[in-house]
Amino acid sequence: MSEAKIQIKNLYKIFGKNPKGAMEHVKNGVGKDELLEKHNHVLGLKDINLDIHAQSVQVVMGLSGSGKSTLIRHINRLIEPTDGSVTVDGDEVLKMNEEELRSFRRGKTAMVFQRFALLPHKTVLQNTIFGLHIQNISEEDANKSALRWIERVGLSGYEDKYPQHLSGGMQQRVGLARALTNDGDILLMDEAFSALDPLIRKDMQDILLELQDELHKTVVFITHDLDEALKIGDRIAILKDGIMDQEGIPAEILLNPKTKYVKDFVEDVNRARVIKAKHIMSEINGQDLSGAMPIDQDDFIDRFIDKVISDKPDNLVIQDKDKKNVGFLSTKKLSEILKR
Amino acid sequence: MSNFLTDFPEMPNKQFREFKKGVDASYKDFAREWGDLIDAMFDPLLKMLVFFEKTLIATPWPIFMIVLLGLTYWGSRSIKLVIGTFLAFVFIGYFRMWDETMSTIAIILTSVIMSVVIGLPTGIAMSRSDRTQSIVTPILDVMQTMPPFVYLIPIVMLMGIGKIPGLIAVVIYAIPPLIRLTNLGIREVDKEALEAADAFGATKKQKLYQVQLPLALPTIFAGINQTIMMALAMVIIASMIGVKGLGQPVLQSIYNQYFTKGVLYGLAIVIVAIVFDRVSQSYGQRIQKHRSGKIV
Repeated sequence: MSEAKIQIKNLYKIFGKNPKGAMEHVKNGVGKDELLEKHNHVLGLKDINLDIHAQSVQVVMGLSGSGKSTLIRHINRLIEPTDGSVTVDGDEVLKMNEEELRSFRRGKTAMVFQRFALLPHKTVLQNTIFGLHIQNISEEDANKSALRWIERVGLSGYEDKYPQHLSGGMQQRVGLARALTNDGDILLMDEAFSALDPLIRKDMQDILLELQDELHKTVVFITHDLDEALKIGDRIAILKDGIMDQEGIPAEILLNPKTKYVKDFVEDVNRARVIKAKHIMSEINGQDLSGAMPIDQDDFIDRFIDKVISDKPDNLVIQDKDKKNVGFLSTKKLSEILKR
Repeated sequence: MSNFLTDFPEMPNKQFREFKKGVDASYKDFAREWGDLIDAMFDPLLKMLVFFEKTLIATPWPIFMIVLLGLTYWGSRSIKLVIGTFLAFVFIGYFRMWDETMSTIAIILTSVIMSVVIGLPTGIAMSRSDRTQSIVTPILDVMQTMPPFVYLIPIVMLMGIGKIPGLIAVVIYAIPPLIRLTNLGIREVDKEALEAADAFGATKKQKLYQVQLPLALPTIFAGINQTIMMALAMVIIASMIGVKGLGQPVLQSIYNQYFTKGVLYGLAIVIVAIVFDRVSQSYGQRIQKHRSGKIV
């Protein structure tokens, strides 16, 4: 895989009066609860390592208090870490001076917030061009690109409304348009859809996926909702109490949960909708492929399960786009995976 | 020894007299040395005040009325308020209080401008640093609790009797709410809006002008409204040290027991206060209209 776009290495964040001092305890294995009780410091993040690849959607998932919002704020350094390193395109974000950091935030990143964080005294259009406005880009150019994104998120006609006149879902569309107008490679989304109603949330997820198909941004998406994570994420990192429990592609996390926490999380998920044929196939190794049903490697299980049930083949042969055989899957193994 | 419990151990009379003398003498020396220079420093302010006063008195009353009613409508968009203002100023003019009212409006205008020029930056500085806040807050406490008569003494000793000492006294009395509310307004600005500004790479100045001040404006405006009210309340006290306007006739009425005159001029002060208050408040509400409203 390509070089990571965003690289987080050995990142620690401790909140309190003397974080550096508390670091010693954390490195000696003191946990979150004990650190708070005995040393009066809050463990935000502990030894986080994460490579986020260009043009992919990296989900960071966890319950509240797991440190996920803290983690995303380290990428554009809204929060200073206690220790560790964050590099973007090979540049160390934590070593940037004020000026460099400002131009990094202006040029490379854009952020969408859980509670929208729009400016109430500015109209939809003025909010959307905020990022360009503070870079002293001419109003004409800024408006032109803002209007395009306002249209893309479906808010045409609302340009002159104030945020208070819009519903939550519409406000977050403004938040998304504002971030897209800024045109950075990196889109940071902090529980961007968590405050929305389920139906509107689904709409927004679809809009995001549709845009991502076209724009190929590097998206870091924070959520506490597993369904959302599985739907949006190319890769998912799971945080608990400031520690990263597991990181990988959705199917991997479903099939091999590493800790009990992750296992509890993924228990009730409909696997057939998340796992693709290629995730569970084994290598072709002299098996008898006669009579095996051909399956596209990128099909989710629920796309072909009906056919398997009606035709009852013993084995499935997995093929790539060019109909070349790439893998093997027995029906028995498939049913085991679905039963688990 | 029994006296110890009944009488508080106090400074001996002689020493106390010398202490007072010493402080008075050194302040007098200071006033003699620097009085003229300080007077000169305030000269531009005096010119502004005199200019306002002369212009307002020289303006033909119909023109003043039209401008005032226009401003009232622009500020409040309320016809009721415009009619009320018109009647109030007819009352003032008919009962021969026009010129004094103009003088009072001139000093209110000047002291409010001065309060904003000093108060707004002070409030902003306070909001940006807890240390500044902890230094300025007790000074404001003193300004608000010290009876104005007490600080009139050193001001008069330094600059004599006249418009400028009166103006300074008014500003000292009227400025604290503006400073406090500017500080409060900026500190109360939504943290998420600020974080968003940070995330998009706003400079400190951009954050101040595009996020903090606009969002704090309604609170700041409440401060300006308070400042106007308090400046008006000081008019009578300021008239004791030579500020012309509605205060002086009230003062005369107290000394000579002119009942009707006192009440009329008192009412004129109340009228000016109510008009200024209503107009500035409804303007303050109007500028934040976008904060409320129906969901589409």
